[in-house]
Formats: sequence, structure tokens, C-alpha cells
Amino acid sequence: MKRIVEFTVNGEARDMAVDACCSLLDALRDDVGLTGTKKGCDVGDCGACTVIIDGEPVNACLVLAVEAEGRSVETVEGLQPGVDTLHPLQDAFMRHGASQCGFCTPGILMMAKKLLDDNPHPTDEDIRFGLSGNICRCTGYTKIFDAIRFAAREMEAARS
Amino acid sequence: MRRFDYHRAETLEHASRLLTELGDDTFLFNGGTDLLVEIRERLRRVRNVVDIKQIPGLSDITYDETRGLTFGALVTVGRLERLALVGQRYPNLRAAFASLGSIQVRNRATVVGNICRASPSADTIPPLVADGAFVHIYSRTNMRVVPIAEFFTGPGRTVLAKGEIVTGITVPPAGDTTGKAYIKHGRRKAMELSTVGVAVSLSMEEGVCSDIRIALGAVGATVLRAPQAEAMLRGTSLDAATVSSAASKAMEECTPISNVRASADYRRDMVGVLTGRAIKQALETFA
Repeated sequence: MKRIVEFTVNGEARDMAVDACCSLLDALRDDVGLTGTKKGCDVGDCGACTVIIDGEPVNACLVLAVEAEGRSVETVEGLQPGVDTLHPLQDAFMRHGASQCGFCTPGILMMAKKLLDDNPHPTDEDIRFGLSGNICRCTGYTKIFDAIRFAAREMEAARS
Repeated sequence: MRRFDYHRAETLEHASRLLTELGDDTFLFNGGTDLLVEIRERLRRVRNVVDIKQIPGLSDITYDETRGLTFGALVTVGRLERLALVGQRYPNLRAAFASLGSIQVRNRATVVGNICRASPSADTIPPLVADGAFVHIYSRTNMRVVPIAEFFTGPGRTVLAKGEIVTGITVPPAGDTTGKAYIKHGRRKAMELSTVGVAVSLSMEEGVCSDIRIALGAVGATVLRAPQAEAMLRGTSLDAATVSSAASKAMEECTPISNVRASADYRRDMVGVLTGRAIKQALETFA
């Protein structure tokens, strides 16, 4: 039996009809059509499906779609402030080549956004801790770190 | 994913009734970070899940000097990990919380869920056992409080009867003369199940150890205490020689198995190393 779930995704009110056993990840990709959030392991190990629910990053594969009722979900599609503008993190990832196959990138961007929102001046250890639940199997971590450091500086400059 | 039905409980009574009425293959659904994985990997047959996250009154965290730290069943590991009080008073719990899964997992996983899952390698159990925590259990006929050391009956098994629900955990207050530590040993730092976990909680009075509890994770069917090692340490100054022989005693007291993460021999060796290290670290917390 399908249930109707009303929730907010990237600031926009949406509803979707989902099965009780459907994960939020599958619902976002298949019902809402937001395929930016990736399905890597589907068991909470890889972080590729990281979305932010009511301000807290979680693995969308370990949340049921029915639980999204009344909640606010942010996905990588919501990072861009406008059609022609990139989030500083997206811009930094492009400049630094911080994406190889790109599959882990949406999850890492969401985690990095949360990290910089909470802590605008992260140390390398803070970045390492912040990304410890996101696996890049191309192992391109150096450039990911470069990009996050760069984005932190750009965001700081934009504020001052 | 294998199909199951979803029920949202409004009250504890409602949840308990659903658990007994919907029959076998009905499970409480809290953080879901284990349950959904087990369903997806076909490790557990599930027909119904009962979501308890809308039940009021299970999200509180309180601390007072007489009762200690009490938190409800819905309190996530991440919320406790970020609480300044936990970092100051319970560095052992803080270490266990910060080492469980990932930030994303900890934002969903609950401590109560971690203990109810009753894995011998669960990170939150050793420090709770070493601290002598209590488990609050609801049932429709009576409520009971169980010392956490008596809560586990085997791997994945607890004293919970059908329809009983854990509503929260109380950890006794942390005095100025107590030192606490939890050391997790794994192959990597993040997203790792512990190979061995050792928790030590101790009290020192005028340079003498008046009480000590050692809890060993992932080296037995449940988290174990090391009573003989503890007895060797009580009443001493915790000098290096005594700590070293007590650590050897703890190695004899554990009952590890070999599995994909490590051999029994390696686990036993690590109990010796980590017990000594955890005692040292616990002493440093109030040095």
C-alpha cells in the first residue's frame, strides 16, 4: 500500500506516493526525480547518498521515505544559489579537479557544506573527521581537501 | 528491499501492543541504522516495523549530581557526542560515541538502539557497563530498571520480553575522584566495528584506587567484566607493576573468538595492551 508523504525538498513543498519499505534515497531518485543523490552501497557505509534533513546530514539509504513527512530535506541539487551560479564548494571542486569518477561527489559536497556551515575555518583534522563517513574509491582525497580549504577561504572573503 | 509494513506508534502502550499483536517478525524501528541494513542484506526477516520516533517524552537528556545522566530512547548518538557535559564528565562515553559509525550514522543511531541490538562489539556498551548504568524498561503491566551488566544474555540477546521497550538509560554521576576511558581498537578509524574495546572507570581516594570496573568488548558472547583483574587493582596505587599483572589477568578472563576481523589470540593480546593503556588514560582524566 502506498502512502502520501508531504515534505520540503530544497525549499520546495512536494508530495510523493511511496511504499512503506521504500528508502528516502530511492524515493528521491525514482519518485521526485532528483538523481544527484547517489546510491553507492545502500547500507550506510559509503556516504554517497548523504542528504541534510532538518539541518543534520544523514545517509538517505538508511531513512524510510515515510519518515520524511513534514521534514525539510536538502540534496545536492539545492546547493546552487541560482541557475547560473554555483555554490563556492561546487566552484572549488571544479577548479581543483576534486572529482574523478564523480560518484562520491554529491555526498561529499553535502558533508562539506555542513562542515563549513558549522565551522568556517576547519583544520585538516576537522575536514578529515567531517568526511570520515564518505568514501572516495578513486582515492582523490588530496584534491578534495584542497577544494574544501579553497572554498572556506572564498566564503570567508565573500563575508568580509 | 524485502517488503515490510510500517506502523507509527503514538504511545509506548500502542507500540508495545503492536509488538505483541502483529506477531513474530515485528521489530521496533528507531534510528534504523542496523535494522534497515539487516533487512537489505537479508540477515533478518521483517514483516512489520513499529516506528517509535513520534512517541513523546523519549527525547530528553537530564543531568543532576545525585542521579547522574539520563537520556531517552530517541536520543541519538550524535546529539550526546556533541553535548559539552558528556565531553567533560564522561570522556569514556564521548570516545565511544565519536567512534561509532560515521557522522551520518550517528545522526540517526541511538544509544538505546545500540544496546538493544546487543552486539558483543557495540561501542557504547563497555563504557556503560564500566560506569554501572541502568536500563529503564517499559511494559504494559510494570516498569522495571535493570543494571546494564544484567541486560545482555548472549550475542544479539537481552532480557527484554515480548512487548517490553527500553525507554532510556541512566548513567551514575561522575564525581571529581573518578577517571574514565574507552579505547576502541580497529583496523581503521572511521566506519569500523571494534576488534577489541576496553572501558575503565575508576575512583581514586588519596592516591589509592577505591573502585575500578573494567569492561571488555568484542572478546566474549557479551561485553565482559574482568572481576579478578579489578580485585587485583582495588586498594593499590595503580603502580605500573600491579597494572601490568592485572592486564595479564584480564587476558585470562576474556573469551574471544576468531573471526573476519581478528584471531582470538590477537584479541587476547590486545586486551592486555589496551587494559593497561585505558587505566593510564582514565588516571589522566583527573590528573
